[in-house]
Order: sequence, then structure tokens, then C-alpha cells
Amino acid sequence: MADVTSGLRSPIGRARGLGSAKHGTEHWWGMRLSSLALIPLSLYLLYGVFAAVVFGNGYTTAYVWMQSPINAAAVILYLAIGLHHTAHGLQVVIEDYVHSEAKKIFLLLAVNASCGLLALAGILASLKIMLGA
Amino acid sequence: MTSPADQSVKRPVERPLSPHLQIYRPQITSVLSILHRMTGVGLTLLMMLIVAWVVSLAMGEAAYGEFISLMQHPVAQVMLFGLTFAFFYHLCAGIRHLLWDAGYFLSIESVKSTGNIVVGVSVLTTLGIWTKLVVYEGICPWLM
Repeated sequence: MADVTSGLRSPIGRARGLGSAKHGTEHWWGMRLSSLALIPLSLYLLYGVFAAVVFGNGYTTAYVWMQSPINAAAVILYLAIGLHHTAHGLQVVIEDYVHSEAKKIFLLLAVNASCGLLALAGILASLKIMLGA
Repeated sequence: MTSPADQSVKRPVERPLSPHLQIYRPQITSVLSILHRMTGVGLTLLMMLIVAWVVSLAMGEAAYGEFISLMQHPVAQVMLFGLTFAFFYHLCAGIRHLLWDAGYFLSIESVKSTGNIVVGVSVLTTLGIWTKLVVYEGICPWLM
């Protein structure tokens, strides 16, 4: 009955979805890439946001800072890459510590959805400011 | 061995765990590792704050003013201090991880020395930035 091309997994194992989830390497490499990108991005941004908030008269300084295309692009990149990094990182933590299948699935959905929504909100807000809508 | 399907139907069997935290002495390897994980989770809060900052900026002067005054509350500033440390620690420890992935600093002596560098740089930058903020920019009037 065992199909030779399906490798060493038994049919029941294949039906139950046991074995590798096959996304591990992608996940791992994604984390290395996002980490690398976030080093300059986060430093640039934290300095910029910092400077805009701490020095200068608040709203106007910050608004003008955000209107520069370079800063808007940096914020958008930071949110997209950073929230992707956050979601993957939290996913690993949840998979390590949550042992109930139902709770794990719920938490993973919640984390990924929240990170996606946060990224969307931040990117839309940045575009709104940059385009002067 | 129960399959995942069986485990979701009834509660998993509670089995005793052999003591580990009461037994093993904290070492630079284990402590820095868990600190990297904890700061990573904590920095989720920073991501949320950045989004809140951008969204309030897009919403106009009133909303932005409210967000800033919220961030000036003493509790918020203690949190920001903690987040500053979390940021620099996670950054430095993360770079250390990337260097390990590339094959550098893998000997036990390097692990210890780079570990000390990571902690030292994180603490010093956090203290340096906040000293400048508190002493020279008057960020925390409630502290003075």
C-alpha cells in the first residue's frame, strides 16, 4: 500500500499531517534577512522619531519629518519588515510554550492578524501624511 | 503516542516536570539567551507605540497632542526607559546571533567576551541616552 514516492512516512502519518511542516527553513532565513534589514532601519528611525518628538515643537516638526519621502519610506519599510519579524518571533515563542493545540492555533492567528493590521494602519497613516491627504 | 487530533479533544495528561530552574545556576549563556527572547517579546510594545505615533500624527494635532501627553506620564516614561534598554539589548544580542550564524565568535571565550560587550553596550547606551534626556532636555520634570 505504501507509495514509494511519498518517502518514509506511512499513509496514516501523511493523512494526519505528521512530520515536517516544511516552512522551517524559510522562517529561519526570513528572520535573518529581516534582522539584517532592521539594523540600519531601526537605528535611523529611532533617531528620527526621537529627534522629531524630543527636539522641536511637537506636531509640526514631526509632520514635516514624515512628509519627506525618505522618512515615509523608512517608516513603511520599518513597519512592514519589523512587524513581520515580530510576528515570526512571537510565533516561535508561542510554539515553544503553548501546549494546547486549540490555544496555540488561536494565539498564532491572533498574533499574525494583529501584526498585519498594525502594519496596514501604520502604512496607511504614513501614506496619508506623505501625500498630504 | 496520541495524535494532535486526539489531544485537542481531551486535556493533555498532566505530567510532573523535573526541577530545572531550582537546579541549574544561571550562566551568561542561558541568561543572555532568555533575555534576548524576553526583550523581543517586550519590543512588540514598541512596534505598537510606533504605529500609534504615526496614526495619531495622521489624525491631526489634537490626537497627536493627546498621544504625546500620554507618553509624558511617569508610568509611560518608566516603560519607555525599559523599552530603550530592550531595544539596544535585542539589537546587540541580535547582531551577536547573526555573527554566530556566519560562523564567528563561536568559542566559549568569545561567547563570554561578546556577551559582556553586548550587555555593556546596551546598559551604557540606555543610560547615556536617558541621562541626556533627563538632565539636558528636561524630559522628566516629575523626576527632578
